[in-house]
Amino acid sequence: MPVVVVDVVLKQEISDPQGQAVLGALGRLGHSGVRSVRQGKHFVLDVEGEPDEAELRQIAETLLANPVIEDVELHLPTD
Amino acid sequence: MRIGVITFPGSLDDVDAARAVRLAGAEPVPLWHGEHDLKDVDAVVLPGGFSYGDYLRAGAIAARSPLVQDVVAAARTGLPVLGICNGFQVLCEAGLLPGALTRNSHLHFRNRDQGLLVERADTAWTSSYAQGQTIVVPVKNGEGRYVAADADLDRLEGEGRVVVRYVGGNPNGSSRDIAGVTSADGRVVGLMPHPEHAVEELTGPSTDGLGFFVSVLQSAVAA
Repeated sequence: MPVVVVDVVLKQEISDPQGQAVLGALGRLGHSGVRSVRQGKHFVLDVEGEPDEAELRQIAETLLANPVIEDVELHLPTD
Repeated sequence: MRIGVITFPGSLDDVDAARAVRLAGAEPVPLWHGEHDLKDVDAVVLPGGFSYGDYLRAGAIAARSPLVQDVVAAARTGLPVLGICNGFQVLCEAGLLPGALTRNSHLHFRNRDQGLLVERADTAWTSSYAQGQTIVVPVKNGEGRYVAADADLDRLEGEGRVVVRYVGGNPNGSSRDIAGVTSADGRVVGLMPHPEHAVEELTGPSTDGLGFFVSVLQSAVAA
C-alpha cells in the first residue's frame, strides 16, 4: 500500500517552548553544537490505490496542520 | 432564554457551565457534539476540558464534529457563542475566531485565580461589565498561549477585538497578554479563563464570572 508522509512543524515566528526545552537538555548533556531545535509531528498514512495529491494536500492543510501556526510538508511516494 | 451547552467526549466543565447558565436565570440545554441538533437554543456555550484528549491539537477534532459545523453556520447569522478554555480552542480551530492556542511558554499547566481587564463591554457576552473593569476568575490550562501573526495581532487590536486581557501576570505567555477575543460582530467570544467557575462565593474566588452569562441574557431581552 502506498505510504504518504506528512510533516508538521510550528512556523518560524511561533515560539516553540518544547523545542527550547529539548535544546536546554542537549546543552546539559554537553551537546553544545546544536544551535536550535524545532519539534513537530510526523504522520504516516497508508492509502488505498494511487494517492490523490489534491485530496492528501487538503487533508494535510486543513486537519493535520493548523495553517495559522504550522507549516506542513507532504511527501508522496516517489517510486 | 435557552442556552445550549455542548458536551464532547472529554469535556470537563459542561456541568459547571450549565450551572452558571441556570444561576444567571436562563435554561441550560444539554447538546451532544455528534448530533446535528441545536434544539432551537438562543445561544451556545462550548465548555472547557480536553475534547478528544486534545489529540492532534487542542480542540482540533472537536472543531470538525457535526454539531460544531452547525454552530459555525448559526454563528454566521448572529447566534451568540461563548467558548471557554477548550471551547475557545475549538472556536479558533473551527475558524470562528482568529489566532490559535499553543503550549504554555513555560510548559507547565497553570491553575490560579487570574485578574482580567475587560476591554470590550459591548459584546453579547460582556455587556453587563463596565469597560476597564477588572475581574478575577480562575484560569487553568496547559495550552493557553494565544498566538497569531504580528500583522493579525495588530489588526485585532486596531479593530478592538480583544475582549479581556490578563492583568497581574500573564499565566501562559499569551501574545500581548490576550486572554480572550471576539468576532467582528461581537456575538462570538472565546477566552481561556473560566468565568463559569466564579459564579458562587462558596466555590469560586469571586462571583465575577456570572456577568458573561447574565450579559447574553440581557442582550437577548434587548434584541
